Amino acid sequence: MGKNVMKFQNVWFRYGEDLPWVLQDVSFEISASEWVAVIGHNGSGKSTIAKLMNGLLFPQKGNILINGLEVNEETIWDVRKQVGMVFQNPDNQFVGTTVRDDVAFGLENRGIPREEMIRRLKSSLAAVRMEDYELQEPHRLSGGQKQRVAIAGVLAVSPQIIILDEATAMLDPNGRKEIMQTVKTVKERDDVSLVTITHDLNEVTLADRVLVMNEGKVWMEAPPKNVFAKRDELKEIGLDIPFVTKLAAELTDRNIFLKTEPLNHDELLEELWRFHLNR
Amino acid sequence: MEISFKQVSYTYQPNTPFEHRAINDLSMDISSGSFTAIIGHTGSGKSTLIQHLNGLLRPSSGKVNIGSYQLHAEAKLKGIKELRSKVGIVFQYPEHQLFEETVFKDIAFGPSNFGVDREEVGGRVDQALQAVQLPEELLDRSPFELSGGQMRRVAIAGVLAVQPELLVLDEPTAGLDPKGQKEMMNMFHQLHKQKGLTTILVTHSMEDALAYADHVIILNKGEKYLEGKPEDVFTRQQDLQKVQLDVPEVIQFITNVKDRFQVDLSYHGQTIKELAEELAAIVKGENRYE
Repeated sequence: MGKNVMKFQNVWFRYGEDLPWVLQDVSFEISASEWVAVIGHNGSGKSTIAKLMNGLLFPQKGNILINGLEVNEETIWDVRKQVGMVFQNPDNQFVGTTVRDDVAFGLENRGIPREEMIRRLKSSLAAVRMEDYELQEPHRLSGGQKQRVAIAGVLAVSPQIIILDEATAMLDPNGRKEIMQTVKTVKERDDVSLVTITHDLNEVTLADRVLVMNEGKVWMEAPPKNVFAKRDELKEIGLDIPFVTKLAAELTDRNIFLKTEPLNHDELLEELWRFHLNR
Repeated sequence: MEISFKQVSYTYQPNTPFEHRAINDLSMDISSGSFTAIIGHTGSGKSTLIQHLNGLLRPSSGKVNIGSYQLHAEAKLKGIKELRSKVGIVFQYPEHQLFEETVFKDIAFGPSNFGVDREEVGGRVDQALQAVQLPEELLDRSPFELSGGQMRRVAIAGVLAVQPELLVLDEPTAGLDPKGQKEMMNMFHQLHKQKGLTTILVTHSMEDALAYADHVIILNKGEKYLEGKPEDVFTRQQDLQKVQLDVPEVIQFITNVKDRFQVDLSYHGQTIKELAEELAAIVKGENRYE
């Protein structure tokens, strides 16, 4: 992992002076080209973190640095060039009257030359499989299609950090998988850092590192395998573990000892096969 | 409440450049008291279908029977208000529909609107609140001060207070955390059994369909693609893959084990613990099929 591109230093946040703290002394770093998943029950502070990351909110105490630049009212425009954000509900982020205009909006704002703009427009729409809808009006699209266009809009601007705030929550499973695949491809191609805020456990397994939030505090920070190994503790704070992890734990209880903590079907099958051969 | 669709088609904006046929020649039967899951991709016609269930849409052709009511293209249904008092639809993100000053008023709106007298409304609100497992103290609060999960429960209570016979749920767990999702689905399952409802669950979650439904209908491009018991439909992996739907994870895993170990393992509704038991026998070589 390279240098940090984002740093939260002892961040405190609340939505009003007489309201409870939503975030309490939150500190973490995200490295260049790292994929970090943020999980936590509803109300644990996940989405507040996302909004702080690109200056939609500012902390009352502590600092947030993006590539060493402190996020504040003077720097938000520079920050937002580097931090692209996709929200849960795409209806709240449409500006264009056609799919093409909407994806082009961010590019126009940044003064990208026309030829380059057309190239990026095509490639980002193709990446989310919406190339046939260029001239459609956004409000005629289904929820999943809208979200894919919103993701294309962010991809087109190719920021250094992309935040997905439950961006796949409204998609069907197939759509989810495709978006995750798309994001993965883009991450590798453009070497971006990814922050995915999600309830989808299988999405979490794709990340390099997981930030578990509980009641406004960082509860744990570790690779997915280590996080899911804490299945009882996770349950206590309202979280679940993936099917494979559950099954692996049940197998361990039955004296099937696995060498590594499997995260997907292949890894678990491999472990079972190895056990079978060595029995 | 028994439901039947007979060769139903629905076209949005007919005879315009935007003409779009969302449902095509769909026939299906849903028996009274069943828990039916309707699954399909975005754009498969699910939302169009459920809007027929309380007469928000009328078929462009074909007939829809809901209990003793019939919807068809030729004429508007006369008893539509009566139908709507018997069919409760919980739309996606129902908390966006909250509008009253207090939780009590919001839940009371439905029954009052359907002419239930004042005294009875009070009783129904209490019952509905209990059904969605919210404390009475919330009744005087503004629904907008509540947490997301609580707001959703209030909105659902508003639908239940009308005492529908048919409850239609359009992705009721979307946006909730895993614990909230489980609690919500358990709540609906309990209501279904206690009140003898006919329940239709529109979902993307194969896992929920497998866990709660006794009947599954898969839609694809506005047509009925597969129908049957969950354990039968979900084991047709190749057919599901053709329309890019996944099988529930447990069934997928069992198939993978079968292929890898060349054993006769199948899905028969086992829990994770039971599956672990079977797997342990296989990998330890205690498996009787070897």
